Amino acid sequence: MSAREQILQRLRERRDGPVPEVPASLTTSMVRDWSAAEKLDRFQQLMESVHGEVHRTSATDWIDTLADVLEKRGARNLLIPRLHDIGAQILASDHPGLPELLHYDAPIEDWRPTLFNDVDAAVTSTRGAIAETGTLIVWPTADEPRLMSLVPPVHIAILEADQIFSTFQEAIALQNWASRMPTNALLVSGPSKTADIEQTLAYGVHGPKELIVIVVGAD
Amino acid sequence: MNQPSQHPHSVVQEFHPRAREALANPQIRANFRKAMDGLMTKRQTAFEGWELEALRDLGANIRQRALSKLPDLLEQLEANLTANGVQVHWANDGDEACQIIRDICVAREAKKVIKGKSMVSEEMELNHYLEAQGIEALESDLGEYIVQLAEETPSHIIMPAIHKNTTEISDLLHDKTGTERSHDVNYLTASARQQLREKFMQADVGVSGVNFAVAETGTLCLVENEGNGRMTTTAPACHIAVTGIEKVLEKLDDVPPLLALLTRSATGQHITTYFNMISRPRQPGEQDGPEAVHLVLVDNGRSSIYQDNELLETLRCIRCGACMNHCPVYTRVGGHTYGTTYPGPIGSILMPHLLGLDETQHMPTASSLCGACGEVCPVKIPIPDLLVRLRRESVDGDKLRVSEVRGHGVKRRRVESLAWLGWQWMHSRPQLYRLGTAVSARLRALVPQKLGAWTRYRSAPRLAPQTLHQMMQKRTPTAANTSQQPHREATR
Ligand code: SF4
Repeated sequence: MSAREQILQRLRERRDGPVPEVPASLTTSMVRDWSAAEKLDRFQQLMESVHGEVHRTSATDWIDTLADVLEKRGARNLLIPRLHDIGAQILASDHPGLPELLHYDAPIEDWRPTLFNDVDAAVTSTRGAIAETGTLIVWPTADEPRLMSLVPPVHIAILEADQIFSTFQEAIALQNWASRMPTNALLVSGPSKTADIEQTLAYGVHGPKELIVIVVGAD
Repeated sequence: MNQPSQHPHSVVQEFHPRAREALANPQIRANFRKAMDGLMTKRQTAFEGWELEALRDLGANIRQRALSKLPDLLEQLEANLTANGVQVHWANDGDEACQIIRDICVAREAKKVIKGKSMVSEEMELNHYLEAQGIEALESDLGEYIVQLAEETPSHIIMPAIHKNTTEISDLLHDKTGTERSHDVNYLTASARQQLREKFMQADVGVSGVNFAVAETGTLCLVENEGNGRMTTTAPACHIAVTGIEKVLEKLDDVPPLLALLTRSATGQHITTYFNMISRPRQPGEQDGPEAVHLVLVDNGRSSIYQDNELLETLRCIRCGACMNHCPVYTRVGGHTYGTTYPGPIGSILMPHLLGLDETQHMPTASSLCGACGEVCPVKIPIPDLLVRLRRESVDGDKLRVSEVRGHGVKRRRVESLAWLGWQWMHSRPQLYRLGTAVSARLRALVPQKLGAWTRYRSAPRLAPQTLHQMMQKRTPTAANTSQQPHREATR
């Protein structure tokens, strides 16, 4: 008998008989009733409390903010999506303040050392945010691969102001996650950090040292 | 305190000498005290404004519901993961799980494994197994990395290197990696980042744990702050996740309440930096992510726990570590004293099943039964009741009785059970009882001053000069109404 069959058999032929059925609990202690402004405020406050940076911008001036943020950090280049609208807008803007623009358009195997050593910043879209915990919802795609928001030391995330959900539960329900999960879905709440050395916080231990959220349509 | 991590359980029985050693070490005590105090405060703050009891009820309900359907959910999980392109393996015990992982590595000609945090892999002693096979296994969680460099085992399930302070870590990094000595935690962290980034680029296989496995969608969820979990599961060409069979959840909707409970209970965070949900290997057109994803489902004693309705509750655990953080024993003796993969209250109710009570007989008694663990447990595991149950199992007189607890009856002593038999016999005979207590009260001066372990830190108990019955008899009805005399006498 395979290990699989042995394990399942032990679980099915329980000495105490079937485990008493447990009805799904109706408790809903997670419902929040926040206005759009409250959600944005709360998101910003919590994101900043974990060392994230939040900029409120309009639909037209967000690229100025992006250029500004990059310039302050002396970024030599910026990894952008090719197909997503934010990538298209960045390219179309031809903004003089932006550094060299790069695309993640080859498999990682082809350019691993460059991505790990030479890319200073990446900008990605988000699928919204969660107010309750100050969290970004990031679903990597072929256009915005998984390592894009992880390897460069600065991650800039673009958030549409009207895409902030109250809770994780609400996002799962309204975006119907259960019907098809992507290869990888992420919740991101701040830059990478650790407290493994004597409970002292240090940022950028493995992932980005900085997380910058540009909220578009928050004017 | 530095035990060889090769065979941690061979030293389990030396709990008492290790406890004395830890108690006499002010550095260890200070490190733990400081960390645990901080964690307790943070947890409390994180739950402010929440209906915590309702949320814990919900957490317990979700986990118990998943356990009530466990075999079905495991099959559903397997079916959905397989449909998603993830390969599922089953292992009866740690050795089988190690072999499965070895075989995957060998088939890929993999020589370098990078690891995210996984307590199950600690349980399996995977690192040593792989190294014996000529495969390098490097921990990438900063705490685990430190512990591995020091050739120790984790002393806490969430914060593996909590027993070390900055100076000790700085010395260690200096000796093992050449990092300059420093008290600047940012500098030390940056140096580790540098070393590990190289390793992430070179690794052939990434091995990670799993916090929740969602049957409904075939999704593996990982909770972390550092990003090493994301690296481990994304950068190498192959990802192997290993998990205990109990970690499965029925629905995606079950995730948010448990996530809310887990991070707040563990470190007092509203949420961790990353919550990583993996459902497939790299798809055509995608530029990164592992081309092969495996899940190894490990039993290792869990299906035995599952046989018994009371013990079953142990399996609700979501490994938050709150029970340790609040345990007065753990806080004082530290994690290494237990000598097991899982220390503290959760260790004391789990390890006896994994190693047998004969190996772990000190664990269920390493508790004052103060109840703090049960009160903070986010999934309401009645830990004190389970400790008592295991204590009962350890003195079980009927060695032939079928019990799920290996080594039951190991602590039964002839003299002790005879004494209790006598106690029982006397207590069911009132006249004899009265006579006996009256005689004892007379002879109270003869109670020895040294009573073994009891009087090592306490003074010996003194019997009262009169028994309660004698005092009650002296009470006249009027005295009972007007005077406190008998009461005061009784308390003397
Ligand atoms: S027993 Fe409860 S408190 Fe302890 S680690 Fe498990 S879930 Fe957390």
